Amino acid sequence: MNAAALLLRYLAISLRGQLQYRASFLMAALGNLLNCLIELAGIWVLFDRFGNLSGWSFAEVAFFCGAVNATYAIGELMATGFDQFGTLYVKTGDFDRLLLRPRSTVLQLAGHELSLRRLGRLLPGLVIVVVAWGALDLPVEADRFALLAFAMAGGVAFFFALMVLQATMCFWTTESLELMNILTYGGVETASYPLPIYHRLFRRFFTFVVPLACIGYFPIVAVLGVDDPLGTSRMFQVAAPLAGFAFLGVAIGVWQLGVRRYTSTGS
Amino acid sequence: MKADIRPLVAVVSARYRTLLQYRAAAFAGFATQLFWGAIRLMILAAFFAAATEPQPMNLTQVVAYVWLGQALLGMLPWNVDADFRAQVRDGTVAYDLLRPLDLYSYWFGRTLAFRVAAPTLRGIPMVLFSMALLPLVGLGDWALTPPASAVAFAGFVAALVVAAMLATAVTLLAHISLLWTISGIGMDRILTVLVTIFSGLVVPLPLFPDWLQPFLNWQPFRGLADVPYRIYSGNIPPAEIAAELFFILVWTVALVVMGRLILLRGVRRMVVQGG
Amino acid sequence: MPQIEVRGLAKTFRVAERLPGLAGAFRGLFHRRMRDVHALGGIDFDIERGELVGYIGPNGAGKSTTIKILAGILNPTAGTCRVDGLTPWRDRRRHVARIGVVFGQRTQLWWDLPVIESFDLLRDIYRIPSEAYRDNRDRLIALMDLEPLLDVPVRQLSLGQRMRSDLAAALLHGPSLLFLDEPTIGLDAVSKLAIRDFVRELNRDRQVTVLLTTHDMDDIEALCQRVMVIGNGRILVDGSVAALRRRVRNERVLVVDYDSAGEAGRVDAEGEGVRLVERDASRVRIAFDPDRIPAATLIGALLAQGTPHDLFIEHPPIEQTVAELYAEHDMRER
Repeated sequence: MNAAALLLRYLAISLRGQLQYRASFLMAALGNLLNCLIELAGIWVLFDRFGNLSGWSFAEVAFFCGAVNATYAIGELMATGFDQFGTLYVKTGDFDRLLLRPRSTVLQLAGHELSLRRLGRLLPGLVIVVVAWGALDLPVEADRFALLAFAMAGGVAFFFALMVLQATMCFWTTESLELMNILTYGGVETASYPLPIYHRLFRRFFTFVVPLACIGYFPIVAVLGVDDPLGTSRMFQVAAPLAGFAFLGVAIGVWQLGVRRYTSTGS
Repeated sequence: MKADIRPLVAVVSARYRTLLQYRAAAFAGFATQLFWGAIRLMILAAFFAAATEPQPMNLTQVVAYVWLGQALLGMLPWNVDADFRAQVRDGTVAYDLLRPLDLYSYWFGRTLAFRVAAPTLRGIPMVLFSMALLPLVGLGDWALTPPASAVAFAGFVAALVVAAMLATAVTLLAHISLLWTISGIGMDRILTVLVTIFSGLVVPLPLFPDWLQPFLNWQPFRGLADVPYRIYSGNIPPAEIAAELFFILVWTVALVVMGRLILLRGVRRMVVQGG
Repeated sequence: MPQIEVRGLAKTFRVAERLPGLAGAFRGLFHRRMRDVHALGGIDFDIERGELVGYIGPNGAGKSTTIKILAGILNPTAGTCRVDGLTPWRDRRRHVARIGVVFGQRTQLWWDLPVIESFDLLRDIYRIPSEAYRDNRDRLIALMDLEPLLDVPVRQLSLGQRMRSDLAAALLHGPSLLFLDEPTIGLDAVSKLAIRDFVRELNRDRQVTVLLTTHDMDDIEALCQRVMVIGNGRILVDGSVAALRRRVRNERVLVVDYDSAGEAGRVDAEGEGVRLVERDASRVRIAFDPDRIPAATLIGALLAQGTPHDLFIEHPPIEQTVAELYAEHDMRER
């Protein structure tokens, strides 16, 4: 059976497993939904008080917020095995079990679980994007959709990569590190607002080191059809999501290093 | 009463020792909170930059509010104790019934230790950093300013003490609710949401729309963060401090009574089900 | 050529030392002392195809380290190891496709899935051809009597049922080499017997090579022609179970039962190469060294003193043998 088919099998099984615990799934999904909504509420409160944010409207910022939440939700949905790697695999020694199987560890972990409760963040994120799209009177055009989809695909790769990196850290320390929360939850928060409001160092960091803006702000500026106050070209904005895929490549390379370390320390 | 203190001391000491073992986690937590603080400040400052009329809080007060929020994040009842959750899940929580202690008081002590240990370790470096180091690197505008006055400082410390009690009472409610939802995911998630938004962690409460203020002023979660931080920065004037402390205290007592009543039913359930 | 060839295999771990107390914990925040632990100090052995080898030693002696290296999930610090021509940790994915591993303490099945679905998933993971899979699966189900368990989620199985399922799961892809790490730990007597019977048949009928670690010496006595004892990272004994016994102490125990309590009390059991171990109301246990006094001579002397109701010769329990070996090498559980 090839890798893609095996992944699908894994995921089908995971879905069935989750339906066995329906109540806790619903509560968790509700929690995710509320998390997404309070983020939007926070933005709304500030717009209600201050009127605008250096020229950006509430609908535009809501668009950023909805898009990044939906993207993050998909990434997290697919990378649950990495997200919970430390507690489920390293502390218990169950990672050995994956190593004992003749398949790549990335594939096995991607198949660990398709965590449906992340839908709690995906659905409101998408709804926010659709409503903001209408409120901004954006034309309904195929190339805008295509660009948004491309940005989100790059974003999914980006957030998936973050989860892989977070899991990789477990090979060096068994402590649960919140460091990656900066980039995951912090990334969602950061990307919910337009990039120009941040300090220059933060802008560079999120463009060149951890390419969050390349899958959020830049392509979305092109989707919104506005000029970037930072002066980037349309071409750059449209191509930017590629950085998300490159980032995933790097993350998987680092992961392999981590696996090599694991097999030489045994912990 | 004297006999009740010793297990509590043991629990507190054990928690500190556990926390200290995890040095990477301590540094990582610090970096995380620093980052969050910076992002929140940049967002709020960008909004303030466009403001034309005077706001219910000025930017300096907002800066203090954000840094104190980051320093004391661990004190907010936004999560449950993972150890406790594990104990409920595997049923060993029933052993606590065997201890010759009042169950609610014992758990209150445990929960208080959980709420207070991490922020004392993380809060102090965060306060030092944001108060002393930021001005040194030329970011004085973004530094935590000293308390508005000696009275404000005393009021702030007193408010923190009652806020810790309130936070413990709220966390304990979540802990007790775990006795019903075995999987342990659920109530605490909802609680997280309520606490983060209504304590002022997402946006300082005074910046909410004016028509929401009457409601915000009466809900208990503002006692966790909003009140102490505003006393610190002088946004709540010294004359109102006593009334605010009383407000937090009343809510704490109410939640403790509620917790005790619910726990009684929870224990009955535990006994019937055999854990 | 042996199926497993191990030469000079060594493994050293570096661990951080924890200082006691709150003050120690504080100091540990900033700097940490490291210490080397030599789990394996250069071991050599060969295992031929079709052997069934017991591998014993106290906790921390290096058993699991050896198994992990042989299974390809741990790199050694030094030494070489060839299993069917592959170096396990270098060709991990090819290697693990050919071996089966069962850890008694863990399951490799999916907690929430019925047993049969775990099997099906393993078929896809190991890319087992349908026909071979069906044959293997049906044979294993029949052998391990798994039919009634197939639709039960793994989390609802008893430990014995789970272990039977786990063993079957490890063999679906028809490995020629099986590592069993404490497969009978925590099992009831019936399940233990079932597992032993199965392993014996597997080894005899299918020539599957088995390396078995265990703390239960009955497993060793029931199954293994050969046993290796490891302690402090070195192989102390490698040979037959009988050789292991001889290595420590060549002693047998003669048990004599009498009808009446009086007779048992009167028996005189002292002399050259003879030692009274235990005497109660109607039974006497006498240890003797067969090299110094033949069993027949000892029995003759006892018959002269009275008429026993029954009498038989025991080996000392192998636990005792091994415990003495550990004591001899000053090994403690670490």
